[in-house]
Amino acid sequence: MEEKFTLFKNRKRFGIEKNIDIIFKNTALVLSSFVAIILLGIILVVFFQSFESFSRYGLKFLVTSEWNPVKDEYGAFSAIYGTLVTSFLSLLITIPLGVGTAIFITEDFVPKVVREIIGSFVELLAAIPSVVLGLWAIFVMEPFFREFFVFLHNFVGWIPLFSTEPAGRNSLLAILILVVMLLPIVTSIARDSLNQVPKKLRNAAYGIGASRWKTIFSVILPAALSGIMAGVLLALGRAMGETMAVTMIIGNSNAFSWSLLSPGYTISSMLANQFGEADGSQVSSLFYAAFVLMILSLVVNIFAQWLVKKFSLKY
Amino acid sequence: MNSLYYQKRLSRNIGDKFFTSLSVICSLIAILPLIFLVTYILIKGGSQITPELFTLEPNPPGDDLDAGGINPALIGTLIITSIASIIAIPVGIGGGIYLAEYSKGGAFSRFIRFGVNVLAGVPSIIAGVFIYALIVSTKILFGSMYSGLAGGMALSILMLPPVIKTTDEGLKLVPNELRYASLGVGASMYTTILKVTLPSAFRSIATGVVLGIARAAGETAPLVFTALFSYYYIVGFEDLFYEMGSLAVLIYNFALEPYDAQNKLAWAASFILVLSILSVNIFSRILGSYTEKTKRV
Repeated sequence: MEEKFTLFKNRKRFGIEKNIDIIFKNTALVLSSFVAIILLGIILVVFFQSFESFSRYGLKFLVTSEWNPVKDEYGAFSAIYGTLVTSFLSLLITIPLGVGTAIFITEDFVPKVVREIIGSFVELLAAIPSVVLGLWAIFVMEPFFREFFVFLHNFVGWIPLFSTEPAGRNSLLAILILVVMLLPIVTSIARDSLNQVPKKLRNAAYGIGASRWKTIFSVILPAALSGIMAGVLLALGRAMGETMAVTMIIGNSNAFSWSLLSPGYTISSMLANQFGEADGSQVSSLFYAAFVLMILSLVVNIFAQWLVKKFSLKY
Repeated sequence: MNSLYYQKRLSRNIGDKFFTSLSVICSLIAILPLIFLVTYILIKGGSQITPELFTLEPNPPGDDLDAGGINPALIGTLIITSIASIIAIPVGIGGGIYLAEYSKGGAFSRFIRFGVNVLAGVPSIIAGVFIYALIVSTKILFGSMYSGLAGGMALSILMLPPVIKTTDEGLKLVPNELRYASLGVGASMYTTILKVTLPSAFRSIATGVVLGIARAAGETAPLVFTALFSYYYIVGFEDLFYEMGSLAVLIYNFALEPYDAQNKLAWAASFILVLSILSVNIFSRILGSYTEKTKRV
């Protein structure tokens, strides 16, 4: 036994090679821990920078919508409300469209080539920078919808959501451009999860006489639900943090209004608008708003990851 | 006997028809604006392209009719994206190597993988806020405030998660037999990684990295208050420490100008940005599908 050990001990590597090996491993370890450092760094830095504003305004910051650097009064209610409303409403429009499109390109209604072209085209669109979407929204979408908004106001103006005269740039336009942004995300994730549903399930359903759409609604969609839900949550996180396209089209007004046809604000557009020129306690208040945004998107993201883990396909 | 034939009137068949047409309508509503969007950007932006665009500085917005070119923004985008890549690619690939090759699925690696996913979901503007607090407002970089360097750092935070993820996943696809063979003939761990596993995962890693770079090149939010914007040519190394323009911020600033000349410049810049990002995407997709088909192992 002793002899065997010395045998192995004698067959050692050159010291330098051994050291390089150790250094290499530890470098990789350090580099991988950068992720954790950056993540914690972001949370801590934003939290400490917002501390001044947090201790002065407390939770009142979340429910008042006064934003007045001259009087030193800050409240981000309109921005928080705008963030939530634009992201949820845009998601509400995106989900049926995106899932419908995903079903269309996973079923065999049209030849495979056509479906693949549509699928990769939709995926490519996710790569278009949001600032370009904003530019398009200003010069193409806004004029296109102008008449429609007037019509909307005249006919359903009694609903609080459409109760004001349509402004040139408004929350509804921001919601529509968010739909354009989110569609590729929801569609491609829904398509992937639909594709992952095993063929056996479909064949079994057909075998006992279910029609195509009965199969889709009762077998395929429930099986793919967790993947689709995770995709929807990712899209929600994206919508809440989306800055450029929204900032360019939402009108950037801090005055609170129920109406979607009046200019609005989101947390991210507030940051993009004011950070460059802010000073004094305004900076701290902006950090506070950024902290709120970060917590919102962290919660959504972590929930999405938990959902994927908990309900991932078990076939 | 009749029941063997397809019956149009049957409620299940009517329902099927209804839902099929509903999904066709959904797809049309979803896809038509997207097609319209891309063609509009390419046509409207493409018609603004002139040779001077690539060589001139943009003129400050005002009543003069000539808007100038986008040379500083073009160069600025290249520089800022390069800075981001120089930081994010080594860190990301190194981190990915650790996750795929060394970690044994313990708490640390699970935490890091979780962190990568969370960091990927952090809104891009938060990366800008973070760098603003850390670098711009503290003037830690030799007293300079807004700088191209700070902008590059903000972008590198956004590039990091995709690079780590693709490295991790690319390396995991390399069959273990290759590692055993290499270690078996006496190669050390780092030789195995550098000479065997990394090269065989090279294509998929490169595809992911290139897509990450393309994504970062179009990001605007982190640059708006870290790199800011500049109208002037980039002439020397020291310009890294001053405000730097980029295509994305140029589009943002000039789209909101009331002057037609500036708007046209924004369209031209979008054309260049979208065309390069789309071609990089298509190219790496073709490369990726080619890899999958020729994979022999």
